[in-house]
Amino acid sequence: MTKVPAVYQLGHLPIKDHCFSPDRSILAITKENMVEIYKINQSNLSLKPQLIATLNDHDKTVTSVDISPDGSKILTCSQDRNALVWEFKNGEYKPTLVLLRIHRGATVCKWSPDGQKFAVGSSDRIIAICYYEEENDWWVSKHLKKPIKSTITTIDWHPNSILLACGSTDGHVRVFSGYIKGIDSKPDPTVWGTKLPFQTLCGDFINETQAWIHGVKFSPNGDALAWTAHDSSIGFVYPQGEGLEPKSILNLKTNYLPFISVVWINDSTIVVGGFNCNLVVFKGKESSWKEAYQIEEQKDLTKETPHTNDDEDQEISSHQALNMFKQLDLKGRVNKPSQKQSKGLKTIHQNTINSIRNFKNNQVSTSGIDGKVVIFNV
Amino acid sequence: MSQSLKPYLTAVRSSLTAAICLQDFSSQLVERHNRPEIEVSNTHNPELILNPMIISRNENESILIETSINSIRISIKIKQADEIEQILVHKFTRFLTSRAENFFILRRVPIKGYDISFLITNFHTEQMLKDKLVDFIIEFMEDVDKEISEMKLFLNARARVIAESFLIPFD
Repeated sequence: MTKVPAVYQLGHLPIKDHCFSPDRSILAITKENMVEIYKINQSNLSLKPQLIATLNDHDKTVTSVDISPDGSKILTCSQDRNALVWEFKNGEYKPTLVLLRIHRGATVCKWSPDGQKFAVGSSDRIIAICYYEEENDWWVSKHLKKPIKSTITTIDWHPNSILLACGSTDGHVRVFSGYIKGIDSKPDPTVWGTKLPFQTLCGDFINETQAWIHGVKFSPNGDALAWTAHDSSIGFVYPQGEGLEPKSILNLKTNYLPFISVVWINDSTIVVGGFNCNLVVFKGKESSWKEAYQIEEQKDLTKETPHTNDDEDQEISSHQALNMFKQLDLKGRVNKPSQKQSKGLKTIHQNTINSIRNFKNNQVSTSGIDGKVVIFNV
Repeated sequence: MSQSLKPYLTAVRSSLTAAICLQDFSSQLVERHNRPEIEVSNTHNPELILNPMIISRNENESILIETSINSIRISIKIKQADEIEQILVHKFTRFLTSRAENFFILRRVPIKGYDISFLITNFHTEQMLKDKLVDFIIEFMEDVDKEISEMKLFLNARARVIAESFLIPFD
């Protein structure tokens, strides 16, 4: 099996977020003010996906898209302060507006794993937990806003659909309870806490540099949380129960450009990606985490590509010598810039990777600013 | 002196590569706005601005890099050894800034104390490749010195010719 089962070049506009339906037949991507729905050929992933619908009801950039766990509803949110739930009826997608009650752009949205509710993060320093109200036939929301001081950049649900982790530009990673009476059944106690009324703050973690948080993710068993921050570090926390200090908090510093997104492959492996356009795999457990390997080979972006100086020992005439010193004085280098032979980067993604999602066991899908959606084997 | 240019440019290159990590970010203050946070007078949300950085080669040449979550401002001080160079730099940057709309990333007014400023937003990094943007700025820094020295040489030569022909009648 090859390393990269599929590369989809879907235009050249930036893709902020993408989502595959649970049966992997449908792919939804954001594209400026629109969301495009593609049909995937499941028997042969490498075939070009077929555009089946375009959802354009937002009038500002769509920031996030998510498909519900049963695959029936598509959730989108946008900088125009709205979130829409799209349902497929009579051959087309019909939107339902969500009563978000926020006054700034929505930045990120996610369905809970049980599909009963979803969370929308916003620049209004609010997370709206939304659920369906049968009697009024619309989606209403409750707000989490207590200690949040800045824009929410990322959210993730705990597998029990009660706890919600969020990261924001004030550098805090917080874990809240999103328990809604009447929708959720009483949750079992977890390592994060036992009694979980709505808006309980179950954890608040911060990097020493207070860098912006770009991505948070619960581990598959829900007992650990990983996050990526703008100081190129990856944080991990393993809590041990309500009122107790966490078992361990790790902050792993790396030499890469900052990572935007993180996913867990299993309880001891994560994949991160971001501004260095590549995916990096980390392995570890409570006591320590280490870099395992990069998925694609890559040069260090911060270093200049060395010029191949094969004509160094050639004799030079006086004119050339004059030129050489002139160059040395004016430009700080001896020879003319050689025609750059490499056009672009060696990685598949030519620009920042914006989102990573689990595709199958040991497969992740990524989307980036360069308009590509790629599936990688890990 | 020329030996110091190379490390200067290397430092600028790696700092720029690390600094141009921008993302889309809609305003926290004003509804439905999306503006470069570095240009907003930022007393309300200081968490969106990173620490500015100055790299200088000597007292006449330096670069100021100011980063925020969705935009970065790069201001360059060009070498000016004497009055002629000051005039030349002024004319040159004025020529460029008055055509700023064709340069995309050029800022119309330079930051105080600097000769020319660039403003790169997340929309630029979405349209253009980041390493090419960094290459462009480095190349600009290399070329502008060369251009100014060449103009100065040309000016001096021309002044000499004019002075000569002016003084011929009195010979």
